[in-house]
Amino acid sequence: MAAIISIGIATLFSLVGPLIIRITIDSVIGQEELNAPILIANMIDKIGGVAFLRRNLWIPAVVLVSFTLLRGIFLFYKGKWSAEAAETVAKNMRDDVYDHLQHLSYQYHVNAEPGDLIQRCTSDVDTIRRFLAAQFVEIGSAIFMLVFSAYIMFSMDVKMTLISLALIPLIFGFSIVFFRKVKKAFKLMDEAEGSMSTTLQENLTGLRVVRAFGRQSYEVDKFEEKNSINRDLTYKLIRLFAWYWSVSDLICMFQTGMVLIAGIYWTSVGNITLGTMVVFLTYIGMLLWPIRQLGRVITDMGKAMVAIERIQEIMIQEKEIMEETGNQPPITGSLSFKNVEFQYEEGKTVLKNLTFDVKEGETLAILGATGAGKSTLVHLLTRLFDYQKGSIKIDGRELRTIDKKWIRRNVGLILQEPFLFAKTIKENIGLGKNEATEEEIYEVAKVASIHDVVTGFNQGYETLVGERGVSLSGGQKQRLAIARTLISDTPIIIFDDSLSAVDTETDASIRRALKERSSRATTIIISHRIATLAEADKIIVLEKGEVVQMGKHEELLKQPGLYKRIWDIQNSGEEEETKITIDKYAN
Amino acid sequence: MEQNHEQEQQKIDFKLWKEIFKYTLPMKNQMILLAVLMVLVAVIDVVFTYMTKIAVDHFILKETLEGIKIFGIAYLVLIIALSASVFAFISVAGKIETGLTYAIRKEGFKRLQELSFSYYDNKAVGWLMARMTSDIVRLGEIISWGTVDLVWGSTKMVAIVAVMLYLNWKLALISLVVVPFLAITSLYFQKKILKEYRLVRKTNSKITGAFNEGITGAKTTKVLVREEKNLEDFSQLTSSMRGSSIKAAIFSSLFLPIVLAFGSIGTALALWFGGIAVETHGVSYGTLVAFISYTILFFEPIREMARVFAEFQSSHASAERVMSMINTEPEIKDTQKVILKYGDSFNPIKENWPEIQGNITFKNVSFHYNPEEPILSDFNLEIKAGETIALVGETGSGKSTIVNLACRFYEPTEGEIFIDGVEYRELSQLWLQSNLGYVLQSPHLFSGTIRENIRYGKLDASEVEIIRAAKLVNAHEFIMKLSNGYDTEVGDGGGLLSSGEKQLISFARAVLANPKIFVLDEATSSIDTETEQIIQKAIQKVLKGRTSFIVAHRLSTIRSADRILVIRKGKIEEMGNHNELMNKKGYYYRLYTNQFIEEEEQKVLKTK
Repeated sequence: MAAIISIGIATLFSLVGPLIIRITIDSVIGQEELNAPILIANMIDKIGGVAFLRRNLWIPAVVLVSFTLLRGIFLFYKGKWSAEAAETVAKNMRDDVYDHLQHLSYQYHVNAEPGDLIQRCTSDVDTIRRFLAAQFVEIGSAIFMLVFSAYIMFSMDVKMTLISLALIPLIFGFSIVFFRKVKKAFKLMDEAEGSMSTTLQENLTGLRVVRAFGRQSYEVDKFEEKNSINRDLTYKLIRLFAWYWSVSDLICMFQTGMVLIAGIYWTSVGNITLGTMVVFLTYIGMLLWPIRQLGRVITDMGKAMVAIERIQEIMIQEKEIMEETGNQPPITGSLSFKNVEFQYEEGKTVLKNLTFDVKEGETLAILGATGAGKSTLVHLLTRLFDYQKGSIKIDGRELRTIDKKWIRRNVGLILQEPFLFAKTIKENIGLGKNEATEEEIYEVAKVASIHDVVTGFNQGYETLVGERGVSLSGGQKQRLAIARTLISDTPIIIFDDSLSAVDTETDASIRRALKERSSRATTIIISHRIATLAEADKIIVLEKGEVVQMGKHEELLKQPGLYKRIWDIQNSGEEEETKITIDKYAN
Repeated sequence: MEQNHEQEQQKIDFKLWKEIFKYTLPMKNQMILLAVLMVLVAVIDVVFTYMTKIAVDHFILKETLEGIKIFGIAYLVLIIALSASVFAFISVAGKIETGLTYAIRKEGFKRLQELSFSYYDNKAVGWLMARMTSDIVRLGEIISWGTVDLVWGSTKMVAIVAVMLYLNWKLALISLVVVPFLAITSLYFQKKILKEYRLVRKTNSKITGAFNEGITGAKTTKVLVREEKNLEDFSQLTSSMRGSSIKAAIFSSLFLPIVLAFGSIGTALALWFGGIAVETHGVSYGTLVAFISYTILFFEPIREMARVFAEFQSSHASAERVMSMINTEPEIKDTQKVILKYGDSFNPIKENWPEIQGNITFKNVSFHYNPEEPILSDFNLEIKAGETIALVGETGSGKSTIVNLACRFYEPTEGEIFIDGVEYRELSQLWLQSNLGYVLQSPHLFSGTIRENIRYGKLDASEVEIIRAAKLVNAHEFIMKLSNGYDTEVGDGGGLLSSGEKQLISFARAVLANPKIFVLDEATSSIDTETEQIIQKAIQKVLKGRTSFIVAHRLSTIRSADRILVIRKGKIEEMGNHNELMNKKGYYYRLYTNQFIEEEEQKVLKTK
């Protein structure tokens, strides 16, 4: 708002300058009668009349400079305030979108296309910001300029004004038509550029293929083609602009010429003064540019609207409510599933009829084929999804009535493919707990068998990981994720196949260390390794969403089924070694 | 990542720009034409204002309309001339810009095709892309439009000064007093503005990174209940973005008022002293009006030129990066003698190419990236034509290096490699690599149809040959099942096909090339059992009769190799066929049993 006002004021001041020049030329230097608003006439009279000014020509000069300065001040504030407004809006929009995205459901993120989302969050927001910061202001100042100058011009001379404004609609119309047209050319050029980049990118990523087939010269030809298409289309676009500028220059100059000739005529006839003519010429010069720009801005407005829509599409997605009921009971970790059923969509049941119990501090192990529903089962426990039928009770309370935020704070779920943030290792582990001390970080890192790896890095715990940092192996990432979850000391910990990329020995030592920890959490482990599963208090075998076997290691071995088959395979090769491992940890 | 070190340089490196201007040589005539046009435009601009003076002095003061027709016609001619030159100069500048961008890009791409793998080792694809796209565009722009502004600006200023001096030299000097101040502040502000905007862009890319992390890491965030903390971090970033954007905007909006103020001082001086002169020294009204207009007109070119100078300076980094890429000499180069005989990578002399058998000998080969960490030392190996060699070992053991050396993607730092008894540096790179088949761990397809991708192996292959190749690797069947058959678009990088299907296509491509040496960098990725079997069969067929290297993970592939090499720390630890190595009960035995279990287990768990 302040920005708009200052645009208006700045425009007003910019129009005053020529008027000062006019009065000076006509009445001070020339002999014309003073033809100024009463207010100004009075002021001039007070300081000693026109004659005084004539003797002291520096006064109008100083007045001119000070008005320009005043205008400058408002121009500055216009720039500053409109930037502040636009940037604040952009900041809030970014924050809102980011926050909203974080609170969208798990399912949404499973299906989302990150590339598209990032595009919306960055370039679409930027389009809106640009619109607010520059284009909006431009529209404003063009309108102010037109209205004010038309008013002043009309009050000076109606006929001259009509002539001065005669071609303005034409210029405006022409630029709108042109920018509509140019949009297509832009799109074509964009596509050509995109296709050229794709060729380049494929060449660079496929370096080995290109070299192995000795296709360098073929690639050069291919790129050459795209490169020249891009060149030609870009040139075509520039050519269009050449037409635009030359034709609109022609119209503008013609307009100026009309003013000049008409001005000469009326001035020599004596209808208007020389100063008035100069004012008209100056005003026309000031008006033409913004009017030409207006065509572009109006065409661009469409883009901003589309961008707003695209962001809206994200914002209308339903958020997860983290604190729904305010129910945040203490959780110790006993679980009870009763006839639990779940489906992602109607008719596709993923889990059915699940019934089992896990006592506080016990370990539950889950074995199952790909797609049997293991991950879904543990996801239910963190309320990433909500079960549709049956009941899950934590410490006797129905899971669905407990706040999501509270549940997730108390259930540590370690994903199979954990995501590491672009931070240091220390910070990544520390994510699990606010203000974790170094000792705590080292302790959990040791439990997760990652401490020695980390201290082996040049920068130790300060090593950057994530996109721009060192690349860690899958197993190392999993171990970091384990440490990150352990540090939060949740009463329930779930390993969703999160030891899959860790070798058998490390796997064993992590489990050993976990057992030795003083606070023993209720643990759920999903794994394919019998050695990992064997020592659990209870093992369930899932098949197509149903529990087909349940019991201890020894019991399951006696039954035919998946568990026994896997055991046989794992035992066949390394009979001695596997046995040793199992014997060692099974009891 | 390196941008931090590439902050603007204080002085302009003329040698560098000379090198870039070299690319405008073929367009010399256009450059001259452009300069002439800009002079013309500037002069016409100045003449226009002079027309006003004539109007005032000749018509208005004399209160006559005599000659107004001639005046009108002259005016009309001028505006037509101006519009025509505007059209011409934009066209010519556009021609130069696009031509220049095109030429530099072409050169760059050609160089990229020649550079050795070692160049690519420490450069991200994105980094190279940025050099080839935005940096080059920037150079094209600055050279074409920069020239436009410089010539136009300086001519205009000279012309204005000349006219002013001609009209009244005293008044001219008085009005122009502010010019030096204006030039200095303009340059200062333009530099400052560019610097601030660079900071904004940097912060902006951080925000993009954060969004990326927020979206791809959303699941982890949920599990860790980090939503609020993340927002806090993010919010800090957007706040600093807001801050630096506003700061940049403040500098820009400070600039205009200051220029205007200086300008108005000039105008005011003209008004003041001009007014006195009109009174006392008989200076004409027209002159006064012209002076006032000229002082206003003067400041645009100064502003523009300051901007161009600042941009020249800031695009220095772009220029440097692009030129350093183009000027990098490939590490692996054929000698002049070899090029004379066999041709280079772009113009091969295929008549002179010898027939390849496929015998490969490593003799005392050592290799290292840096001397402290040798990867291979004193490595010896003799491979007979048609033999299949499986390389087994941990990541970083040096097995990929052996393959890369054999393909001459790298050259030994010491020792020699012979192909059919000839040191391979005495043969052309393209010759060897044309006889090479390469199937990658993650197969790389180009966007285009399946047919085009298979044809990549042999550019002049007939339809029959393509289908034969596809049938040989059992890809034909699945291709025909697709709705568009061989005309199916594979999408960016082959994203529309499963990874098994992509592998089959890349096998067909390799088979079509009919190479004598074959490298298979085998995938560890999980492929469904059915496709897996098809791929196995394809591999067996492809390997037949070719010298092949397999960097293998699948047991079945390894088992059928003629020789298995267990590589550890750049040395051959075990060598022999499957049975020999199993009996040894060494590293291979352990690896095999482990893998066996895992594969069997996967079978059970996946057939569900």
